[in-house]
Amino acid sequence: MNYKKLLFVLTVAVVVVAGIAFSGCTTPTPPAATPTPTPAPAQEDLLIATTTSLYDTGLLDYLGEIFGPDYNANLRITSKGTGQAIELGRGGDVDVLMVHDRVREDAFLADGSGMDRRVFAYNYFIIVGPPSDPAGIKDMSPTDAFTMLYEQGQTNPSVVFVSRGDDSGTHAREKLIWKQAGYDYEQVRASGAWYIEAGTGMGTTLNLADEKDAYTLSDIGTFLAYKTDLDLVPLVTQGDDLLNVYSAMIINPAKYPDTKVALSKEWINWLISPEIQQEIGNFGVAEYGQPLFYPARDNWELLNVPREETQDPIP
Amino acid sequence: MAGFFEGLNPILEGIQQAVNLLIALDPQILRITALSLIITLSAVLIGSVISLPLGAGIAYGKFRGRNALIWIVQTLYAFPTVVIGLIVFLFLRNNGPFGSLDMLFTPQGMIIGQTVLVLPIITGLTISALVAVDLTIRDTITSLGATRMQFLISAIKEARFAILAAIALAFGRAISEVGAAIIIGGNIASPGNFWTSTRTLTTAITLETGKGDIALSIALGIILLLIALVVNVIISIVQNR
Repeated sequence: MNYKKLLFVLTVAVVVVAGIAFSGCTTPTPPAATPTPTPAPAQEDLLIATTTSLYDTGLLDYLGEIFGPDYNANLRITSKGTGQAIELGRGGDVDVLMVHDRVREDAFLADGSGMDRRVFAYNYFIIVGPPSDPAGIKDMSPTDAFTMLYEQGQTNPSVVFVSRGDDSGTHAREKLIWKQAGYDYEQVRASGAWYIEAGTGMGTTLNLADEKDAYTLSDIGTFLAYKTDLDLVPLVTQGDDLLNVYSAMIINPAKYPDTKVALSKEWINWLISPEIQQEIGNFGVAEYGQPLFYPARDNWELLNVPREETQDPIP
Repeated sequence: MAGFFEGLNPILEGIQQAVNLLIALDPQILRITALSLIITLSAVLIGSVISLPLGAGIAYGKFRGRNALIWIVQTLYAFPTVVIGLIVFLFLRNNGPFGSLDMLFTPQGMIIGQTVLVLPIITGLTISALVAVDLTIRDTITSLGATRMQFLISAIKEARFAILAAIALAFGRAISEVGAAIIIGGNIASPGNFWTSTRTLTTAITLETGKGDIALSIALGIILLLIALVVNVIISIVQNR
């Protein structure tokens, strides 16, 4: 019967394909551009763990498409919450860590898990909420707004706050603002039904807040880049507590010798170079009418970071 | 708050945009689909190669603890896939026992995860299928002078209807699984190298829905449904000769 032959051919095909997949074949797919006559050295993969708030804006994919061909590299980027990304870094499962939580980065560097931190971009967190703003927090300072939300949340059923609740960089910032406002975070969590913990990424959290006409803390990048129409509007956009600083670190080869240190250095030094800093500042302007990120270079005072971290290439 | 029909509008728009993406053969979608198929087909193939003999051995074996073993296999049908993902992750990561294999965040790692997922299903259903082969037929095969191997092959042939259904079921479970795929694979796009990307249909839907890209999510969802349909059609054809 013909179907037997067909089945046989299909099985052979699947075996061949599975065999190739399993042998870990890493031959890169031929580029669409003009082929080079001389054989190029093997393309190198760089494994980066980053946060969803950075990755979901599309900035890293965009930069990777420029860096990759120029440096004969292939960026492999996995995005998680900052907490998870740091755990991957601590376990030596990636080469580079790109996150936005200065306190945890400091701990990461201090215990020898990472090195050569460079700050490559910044933007702001914003408190978004329903256009009707039932709690009346518009244009307040972040700590005043949180205080108002806490007080109003207890009594006004229209006031709901959605937290990331997932140990991400954004969540860490939220906890910091609560602390600055004088609250004990556990007390906030237990204070009532007005405080909801989403336990998920920024996009889904925004969606949840939108559904519930609730307030939430978001980075401006994810908020602008979110592809579904939201009713939420930015209500609190100014304040030192809202500064959102993105850094990159290399996993320490002393701890994990397999780390691709050379390529990691090239990537990070490329990120802080003047030309790419300008690219970062221009990203998304055409599409969203404002930048999603600002270059860190020359802004080290504003960001309260050492000058070297924004400008000096890793040796 | 939108009324029922107003609320349908964005969904219909999403479906329309999705169909446009599919017709245009969007390369990103092709990549993701191809990877999903390769990973799941590989896992089902490897799983079958292990499960069929294993299931046959258990079905027709006479050994102590046979019933307990069958019971364990059937309990594993409901093994939460995200827990499989967690366990495989712990074993494959750098600090884990198999860290030196460098399989975390690779398609190979995902194949391992999906193989673990399908093993109980194919094994268990093969056992059921073989045990159900009529005793008279089995006796006939034996009395015709079949060797052990010939007997097993004949029995499997007799039960092929149910065994193929088991494989199709396992395929469906594996390709629609998302928890283990994200934990083990990391949902990596890897634009410069298809063979080290780990973005499959399910992990991509999770990402794109999180970014609010409903049209792309729906397109990928439609593909998953189509794959399920095609697999079912193939199995039906093969079963009906």
